[in-house]
Amino acid sequence: MTVPTQLLTLNGKQFSIEADPNMPVLWVIRDIIGLTGTKYGCGSGLCGACTIHVDGKPMRGCLTSLKQVTNKQVTTIEGVEAQALKDNWAKHNVPQCGYCQAGQIMSAAALLATTPAPTEQQIDQAMSGNICRCGTYPRIKSAIKATAAQTTAAVNSERTVEV
Amino acid sequence: MTTFTAVENISRRDVLKLFGATGGGLALGATGLAWSPMALAQDKTAILNLFIAIGEDNKVYLTCHRSEMGQGIRTGIPQVLADELEADWDNIVVIQGLADKRYGSQNTDGSRSIRKHFTRMRQMGSTARTMLEQAAANKWKVSVDDVFAKASYVHHKHSDKKLSFGELAVEASKLPTPKVESLTLKSANEFNLIGKSKTIVDMQSMLDGKAKYGYDINIDGMVYASIARPPVLGSDVASFDDTNARKVAGVIEVIKLDVPKGAPLFQPLGGIAVIATNTWSAEQGRKALNVTWTDSVNDSHDSDQYLSELVGKVQQSGKVIRQLGNPVTDWPKDTTVNATYTVPYLTHAMMEPPVATAHVTSEGCELWASSQTPQSTQQNVAGALGLTEDKVKVNVTLLGGGFGRKSKPDYSVEAAVLSKKLNKPVKVSWTREDEIQNGYYHAISAQFYQAKLADNNQVEALLARTGFPSISSTFAEGVEYPSDGELDLGFSDVPLAVENIQLEAVKAKAHTRIGWMRSVCNIQHAFGIGSFVDELAVKAGKPCLQMWREMLGKPRLETFTDQGFKYGNYGEELADHPVDVGRYHHLLDVIEAKMANAPKAGKNQGWGFAIHRSFVSYVAVATLVEVTDGQLKVIKSIAAIDAGLVVNPDRVISQTEGAIIFGLSLAMMGEISYKNGQVQQSNFHDYPLLRLPQCPDIEVIVVESKANPAGVGEPGVPPVAPSLTNAIFAATGKRYRDLPLNKHLKV
Repeated sequence: MTVPTQLLTLNGKQFSIEADPNMPVLWVIRDIIGLTGTKYGCGSGLCGACTIHVDGKPMRGCLTSLKQVTNKQVTTIEGVEAQALKDNWAKHNVPQCGYCQAGQIMSAAALLATTPAPTEQQIDQAMSGNICRCGTYPRIKSAIKATAAQTTAAVNSERTVEV
Repeated sequence: MTTFTAVENISRRDVLKLFGATGGGLALGATGLAWSPMALAQDKTAILNLFIAIGEDNKVYLTCHRSEMGQGIRTGIPQVLADELEADWDNIVVIQGLADKRYGSQNTDGSRSIRKHFTRMRQMGSTARTMLEQAAANKWKVSVDDVFAKASYVHHKHSDKKLSFGELAVEASKLPTPKVESLTLKSANEFNLIGKSKTIVDMQSMLDGKAKYGYDINIDGMVYASIARPPVLGSDVASFDDTNARKVAGVIEVIKLDVPKGAPLFQPLGGIAVIATNTWSAEQGRKALNVTWTDSVNDSHDSDQYLSELVGKVQQSGKVIRQLGNPVTDWPKDTTVNATYTVPYLTHAMMEPPVATAHVTSEGCELWASSQTPQSTQQNVAGALGLTEDKVKVNVTLLGGGFGRKSKPDYSVEAAVLSKKLNKPVKVSWTREDEIQNGYYHAISAQFYQAKLADNNQVEALLARTGFPSISSTFAEGVEYPSDGELDLGFSDVPLAVENIQLEAVKAKAHTRIGWMRSVCNIQHAFGIGSFVDELAVKAGKPCLQMWREMLGKPRLETFTDQGFKYGNYGEELADHPVDVGRYHHLLDVIEAKMANAPKAGKNQGWGFAIHRSFVSYVAVATLVEVTDGQLKVIKSIAAIDAGLVVNPDRVISQTEGAIIFGLSLAMMGEISYKNGQVQQSNFHDYPLLRLPQCPDIEVIVVESKANPAGVGEPGVPPVAPSLTNAIFAATGKRYRDLPLNKHLKV
């Protein structure tokens, strides 16, 4: 079987990939491009360890094929702009083994990008697809809330200035 | 698990070995073995001992010889070393130790990294600091009493003179190493790192996706293997057709692996391996295989049927394990309470499934393993390849969770055997399905408890029986009873002040690989006793905490003498880690005070409680639940842990938070079942784990203690399940004695 060449934009860089177009982008990123921050956890979209952003939307890399991301912007933990979130992650000492954390951060970053001040229910919903076996959930929640609070405070102070 | 794996019980002999056989000095440099982790440090480093090297640039290289799987040990061990060394914490580099017997045990399970290595790591730090101080004193021609080390410098007490560790290290490394007996270790009030919540050393790399786990290893020329393993323990490949597998793009080779005979041990399961240029192609190729399997003696294993037989067995007399007072034969109906509790098979389900990469050459074998046991990996790989152990180099990656599964090196042996056959580096990465269906399972179990209440509603007699297939069956054929080591885990060692106690074990044969999983048999035993004390409290009309106080009796050190029972105590001397009833009472007081200020149980709500000692630590858990229309909601968990002196309080809190979530997962949803000898579950849809929306508010209290450092990773798990079912009883009046709860309630 011959493999066609596909174009993939990953973290702002273009890659020309020779691979089966049906190969999940998780394995393209990990085994072919060699960026290993995006993790395998279940291969069935059940755990969220492989969460990436495709045009800014959170997707499971294990269920998203290479052909589905052609001409789209793919972002991984190595390229995501989420410094405030990561700072709060560190401040709350969130990770234990750390393996699921890239997926957790990618889900949380996507949530905050569209919903800067999420409610408890919105956090629950956005993060329900990401499993952490070590049990870092309480701290994940704290880190998300802290980031949201900072964003809200910043927005409020801008408004104050405008007034 | 102390009892079941090769090395443990650090003896004086081991300590001498670690410090070098001659003169009580430290083993210097990389003598003996071909590899030294310190060689990983930059050039221009001086090696002061096995754990400490110092660079000219004043960087301090500290070896962590234990595996990091989320417990924070790559931070904890260096904290202990650096504290006595007086190193500048902001200028340390942590080096992961290779498999090397000179470290002593590297077997990272049994919650013992700190409790077994605390003193030795302090001695290592202290020795290196003494040598650096001596080197400075020699240079300045002053007495060593006139110098002191602080933040990676040695200072002269009577002048402004100071020299960095980096400037002193080469000279220091040439000095004779001080004897252990001559060292003066710090007193607790002098600690500057021990007892501090330092941020984990891998934080930044974890947040940036740069941290390297076993799954992330990529060696030049490496190929990827996916293995179809026998679906039933004991079955072999009858025939296979790989025509379609070989047609899959990227597939390179298909290799049959032998199925071992006899006890499972840590041997690979055998099967058919598909080799490809990437993980996905290997898996696709494997899916295209057509394999038929031979019959097995375990084909008829049905876990529902097995459990009902086990429940029957614990109603009958068994082998007496411990006997206090007189055997009781008279059980009057109106004053007797009895109950039977069951827990199903469970599996580890760490987020990173087993994975290892091996490269076998004519020189030997190099491995990169996500392993809790580098030395056992080395030993088993050497055995499988016919090499001596010194020809097997084991690099330990970060572990994406372990929970006991990664102390079984079967997957590393698979990688080594395939690399030898292919003459290439090979990565064997298990899928989630592989992990769930080919594990070393937490044993299915049944426990029977019976007690007689006296006129004053005090318990005057207790009879308990436990039955489960033993971990020993994984290591020897024909095992019928649980081992003493397993019975010590929360069954035989509960220090109850009841006049007549009889504890028994019943026979149970294994039909799958039985292994240890976070907190091991304490899971079922704490569920049994923790539920039963609550049932007795209900019968006696007392609060659960009061029942515990009465049943535990006066504060004392329990020794279990003259009861036909020798307690293993997690490999610790009772003198160092007594069974201290006073510490139970203290936790009962702590949790009672917390609950007094916590929200009261409202409509459809209830609080439940349980307490358990395991891994020589004590943990009490109170849980608040709400049950509405058959829907369970866990609202709050409060845990108090007494783990003795703690090195990194934040990691003790995080481990305990994680233990509560681990305990809730198993109690609410954990079940591996068998039909026709095969595991019925395959992924997170049918082996669910707790998710964020199900997670309660968790509060952890780390009790201040001057006792010796004790276990942390596991002891939080056991009391969770009984505190939860007790809470559900309080909320609903319904007692659930068979886990998991999702058989009865929506979770």
